[in-house]
Amino acid sequence: MTALTSPRSAGLSGPWGRLSIATKQIVWAWTFLALPVLFFAAVRFYPTLEGFYLSLTDWDLLNEARFIGLDNYRKLFADPVFWQVFANTFAYLVFGTPIAIVLSFAIAYYLDRVTVLHGLIRALYFLPYLTTAAAMAWVWRWFYQPPPIGVINSILGSLGIPAQPFLRSVDQALPAIMLTAIWAHLGFQIIIFMAGLRAIPTSYYEAARIDGLGEGAILRRITIPLLKPTTVFLVVFSSIGFLRIFDQVYNMTSNDPGGPLNSTKPLVLMIYQTAFSSYQMGYAAAQTVVLFVILFSISMAQLWILRNR
Amino acid sequence: MSAQTQPLSAYGSVRPGRIVAWTVLFLGGVVMITPLLFMFSTSLKSAGHVYDLRLIPDQPTLANYVKVLSDGRFMRWFANSTIIATVVTLSCLFFDSLVAYTLAKFTFPGRRLVFLAILSTLMIPTEMLVIPWYLMASKLGWIDSYLGIMFPGLVTAFGVFLMRQFFETVPNDFLEAARVDGLNEFAIWWKVALPLVTPALSALAIFTFLGNWTAFFWPLIVTTDPSLYTLPVGLSSFAVEQSIQWELIMTGAALATLPTLAIFLFFQRYIVRGVMLAGVKG
Repeated sequence: MTALTSPRSAGLSGPWGRLSIATKQIVWAWTFLALPVLFFAAVRFYPTLEGFYLSLTDWDLLNEARFIGLDNYRKLFADPVFWQVFANTFAYLVFGTPIAIVLSFAIAYYLDRVTVLHGLIRALYFLPYLTTAAAMAWVWRWFYQPPPIGVINSILGSLGIPAQPFLRSVDQALPAIMLTAIWAHLGFQIIIFMAGLRAIPTSYYEAARIDGLGEGAILRRITIPLLKPTTVFLVVFSSIGFLRIFDQVYNMTSNDPGGPLNSTKPLVLMIYQTAFSSYQMGYAAAQTVVLFVILFSISMAQLWILRNR
Repeated sequence: MSAQTQPLSAYGSVRPGRIVAWTVLFLGGVVMITPLLFMFSTSLKSAGHVYDLRLIPDQPTLANYVKVLSDGRFMRWFANSTIIATVVTLSCLFFDSLVAYTLAKFTFPGRRLVFLAILSTLMIPTEMLVIPWYLMASKLGWIDSYLGIMFPGLVTAFGVFLMRQFFETVPNDFLEAARVDGLNEFAIWWKVALPLVTPALSALAIFTFLGNWTAFFWPLIVTTDPSLYTLPVGLSSFAVEQSIQWELIMTGAALATLPTLAIFLFFQRYIVRGVMLAGVKG
């Protein structure tokens, strides 16, 4: 705080008074920016460079980091667990994103026309977004338990459907966790789609109706094309979310994180375990660089798609 | 608004299709909050009644809450999360809007570069930074401290970006008038510009608070001492140790969820508007 008043408190009011307005602006601007710019340099930029450097070292936290070139990357790409994790991460993305986008668009599209209890219905969909993944993971975990404990299996049982293993199954655990992640973020995506729908001028719809277009044609030829920026934003946002999935997986499989048999383990959980369970910091840093490259490519693709609009 | 009410008035009557859509949407919404309903319902059941899946408990009891809260750890985690989320939010409101204002309203060499540099940090995922942050925190003795949990989030590029959009809409005449009246630049920002962007400030406050309240990854890494856990991390470890007593886990989950639900009930309008603003601008 003292920095903000320094021009005066330092007794410079005489010379300060003679500075031109433009110079004063520069002094004020850098006074305001000094601390935050220092912060960004120390907490974002320097650690980014350090992350790249550490990925080229062998480092266990106890001994000095030793430079080993690209060995971590060679080791990573030769590791079958990495490719399993890579496939899992993309499974969350490839199935999760389209389901989340289509579902949230359909709900937003119809919710936009609902006038009765609109606020209440919107709140019902939105509330899960405000919860802590760590808490909700345990609620869902309970739902997926075998009978007689699990809620879903109890319901299936009363319908005469055999009990499902869910989180205990190599095939069902990943979709079961993915469903939780979709559930948690659906409300956010619905709100964003509704904002996009509201931004389309009513006159477009009126003109289309006068031209005799039906609801389906209006949806295909006006609503969906005009929503493209919103959709691209949500696809990228949701993709990044699924590529970085951690909280749900960690909490829903905490007795065997990423299990059973690594079938649910995403890249971020692998990074966490490599760094903070086995203390292979350099190897973990190489994994974070791989994650960075994937996320960076997706962000660039977004910019490219929006530019070619 | 008009896009939503227009079809109704155009047709003049409620059509059957609309009733079907409403019913499906309503039932879908009920399904969406079912996990929350089960969580609260189970937290009010005694151990023997957990597997009775009726939503309204036979003999509701607050015994689970008494048990979990008298344990002491929950109070501590609750306090930790509250303090951390509050301090980080205040810091972000102050610094993000000060930086955003400077970038929007001052002319100085390097302005564009500073803005682009800050914006570029949005591309860097937290996961890439946690190892260097952990190293930094351990060198500075910040492991197992509030500062260690808080420091990465004290200024955010997202907040700078969001606030800058809004400061650009503040008319320069207002600022000039204040300058003529002899206010210094800090006072102009604080007394003239900030009050004009309160909707954006409240959106940023809610986002930052909720984000920090529910944050899991970094607090999990930087704390080893259970008395410094945040609520999500504490709950996660608590649930592992209680893994058979679902009524206690659900009570813990309910305690972690109640504050955010309360915030939503009080600030519903701002939250929905804030999400819309951030989505459209971001």
